[in-house]
Amino acid sequence: MDLGLSEEQEMLRQFARDFLEKECPESHVRDMEEDDRGYSQELWAKMAEQGWMGLVVPEAYGGVGMGYLDLIILVEEFGRALVPGPFIPNCVATIALLEAADEAQKQAHLPAIASGRQVWTLAFTEPSARFDAAGVRLAAQRDPSTSLRVGGDGYVLNGTKLFIRDSHVADKLVVVARTGPSTLRPGSGQASAEDGVSLFAVDAGAAGVRHTPVRTIASDKQNEVRFENVRVPAAARLGEEGRAWPVFQRIANKATVLECAYLVGLSQQAFDITVNYTKERNQFGRPIASFQALQHKAADMATDVDGCRYITYKAAWAVAEDEPDADEQVHVAKAWVSDASRRVVANAQQMHGGIGFTKDYKIQLYFRRQKAAELAWGDADFHREGLAQALGI
Amino acid sequence: MKLTDSPEEAAFRWEVREFLEKELPERIRVRSRLMGGEGLGGGPEVAGRPEARSGGQGFRLEGGLFGQWREKLAERGWIAPAWPKEYGGAGLTTMQQFILNEEFAEAGAPPIGSMGVTMVGPTLIVHGTEEQKAQHLPKILRGEAIWCQGFSEPGSGSDLASLQTRAVRDGDDYVINGQKIWTSGAQTSNWMFMLARTDPEAPKHRGITYFLLDFTSPGITVQPLIQMSGAAGFNQVYFDNVRVPARNVVGEVNRGWYVGTTTLDFERSGIGSAVGVRKTVESLIRWAKEHAESDQSTTARNPLVRYELVDRYIEATVARMLSYRIVDMQSRGMIPNAEASIAKLFSTELTQRIARTAMKMVGLYGLAWDRESSYSPSRAEYSRGYVNSVGQTIAGGTSEIQRNIIAQRGLGMPRD
Repeated sequence: MDLGLSEEQEMLRQFARDFLEKECPESHVRDMEEDDRGYSQELWAKMAEQGWMGLVVPEAYGGVGMGYLDLIILVEEFGRALVPGPFIPNCVATIALLEAADEAQKQAHLPAIASGRQVWTLAFTEPSARFDAAGVRLAAQRDPSTSLRVGGDGYVLNGTKLFIRDSHVADKLVVVARTGPSTLRPGSGQASAEDGVSLFAVDAGAAGVRHTPVRTIASDKQNEVRFENVRVPAAARLGEEGRAWPVFQRIANKATVLECAYLVGLSQQAFDITVNYTKERNQFGRPIASFQALQHKAADMATDVDGCRYITYKAAWAVAEDEPDADEQVHVAKAWVSDASRRVVANAQQMHGGIGFTKDYKIQLYFRRQKAAELAWGDADFHREGLAQALGI
Repeated sequence: MKLTDSPEEAAFRWEVREFLEKELPERIRVRSRLMGGEGLGGGPEVAGRPEARSGGQGFRLEGGLFGQWREKLAERGWIAPAWPKEYGGAGLTTMQQFILNEEFAEAGAPPIGSMGVTMVGPTLIVHGTEEQKAQHLPKILRGEAIWCQGFSEPGSGSDLASLQTRAVRDGDDYVINGQKIWTSGAQTSNWMFMLARTDPEAPKHRGITYFLLDFTSPGITVQPLIQMSGAAGFNQVYFDNVRVPARNVVGEVNRGWYVGTTTLDFERSGIGSAVGVRKTVESLIRWAKEHAESDQSTTARNPLVRYELVDRYIEATVARMLSYRIVDMQSRGMIPNAEASIAKLFSTELTQRIARTAMKMVGLYGLAWDRESSYSPSRAEYSRGYVNSVGQTIAGGTSEIQRNIIAQRGLGMPRD
């Protein structure tokens, strides 16, 4: 057993930290909150030069060919620096392609992602606001206008995706759609909802796709994406028709642990800022860090942050190695990290007092983003329920 | 990053598992170590008020199955796996010790390491004279010396360095007067390692000396303390002009605090409790499933219990990872300090949450106290564990002290 980083991972972490401190200071994070696109293409290009967009893409497709655990290390740094923009959704879409796409699709798409030329995002959640298969209602029906032509099978997409990150700047979307019965049969349970789900790679600018920004608590860029008779060729379907849910679960597991890693970096940084602040802030003629009331809060935060980190590593390992308990470990990690990271940022606010409540001071940036990441891929209660079912209670 | 055994570690783990399968007698397996077992200072209820005895009266050489088990361990050097081979240990690496402890805990084997093995031995190996090592280490290994720890006093708990038990030089001896408390196992020990004040004028940390005390010496009285659960795991110990030879001082006179803190540092790393916590949660979940239809279970009536069980399971996984982090540091030659406090704090507070969850799970039946009653779920281990678990966040440094250590030593937040 070895919880430490390899030499390569240590270099990746240190390089990313230095790079992001220089290229993504607080002022950049704030600028992008006000920016309609929400990210800097210049910074995107610089990150692409480091190979980060292709970090987990095999070399055969123009990537760096590193592993999922390496990506976890990198995303932790993104959480620390609160890097704005589509990096994480782009990673998730990349993982979707790696898990679900056939050889031709990989060759067609992965090099463009790895080089940073294209931005992808995943379109999963809907107004149903659910993370299970029953929440997938966007309909993909066989296109009657093409189905009679040989090799011309296509689909027509109709429905709405909601809280889709960065789709307004994306080139392509990986869309989770329902090709089977679009509504559940009365009295049917979870199992039938898992049938009939398919994945599609769709042009973000295709005719009939409309992106409407939804302002978020985190000031990141999320959208409502409406699909109105959007025609998609059959070649855009990733994997078998109607059988994508098990594959999607693997994608979701990896995406969920990436979100955990983001929260690890975010929590650690919010915590470090807070401890430093208490050492500098004087009241009653002494630094407030000398008060046990704050020391004990800080000790609990340290425990929470450390717990977040190691439970995330455990889940990341289980997912990367495809361990039999991977689903269970993902539930454990996201349930814990969702709540523990919230405790950390809430304590961080409290320990800053009034200054932390102002927009000008940086700690609120962490507080608002924590909630967004807590909600993404299911909050603690969602994963508690998943774990309860996995444990058979 | 590798959350799995290296080939060498895996081979050692198999060796340990094979040993346990072959040698561990079923009857000494501990079913549930944390909840109501002996481990939490639980033990059988004591009727009436036990009488005070002279020191060393209760010592017995271990016989029967436990004695045979000890022989088997001794053959491998696993009585004291961490000690160097030259002192009769197995000289295991930190990671090997960890695997050994983990597998022992998984198998429900009695945990490795008495006070003698984990506290006195390492202290003597670091600070002891050759004579002290030769006299004491082999006896610890053979079970001929059972040690108790004389640190805490009625007026000196968390503020241990304020201790008042006096040791005054008289010829070749020191003469000890005073009182110790919370002394686990004093009723069965024949040796005590203790801290006593040798210079009352010096600053409090610099007037303390570490002694090895033959517990059968005249003038020692052991008075068992009855815990709120009714068991008697620890004691008060009174010293009335007890003579201890000066050659039994460990390290320098008046430097005992620093010798003693070495001992305390040894106490803080361990996987056993993390495994125990997980097994306890698993046993609760198993109970909940098996009793889903029973009136004794509230899970059908109270959906919150289900989520509490899940939370405890999640936290048990976190506890295990915090424990892994410690051995990971040690295997890199780093010394866990605040990290050990984090693990201790988390797993002890978790133990109390587990006990509360167990009580919630059995509802009104949490009242039942008799192990043999058919109205006692799981032989009353939940109600007993609930009471016993109170001690978890007090013994070995309270949660508050752990938080101070984390904040002050770990995060560099100033004292006062």
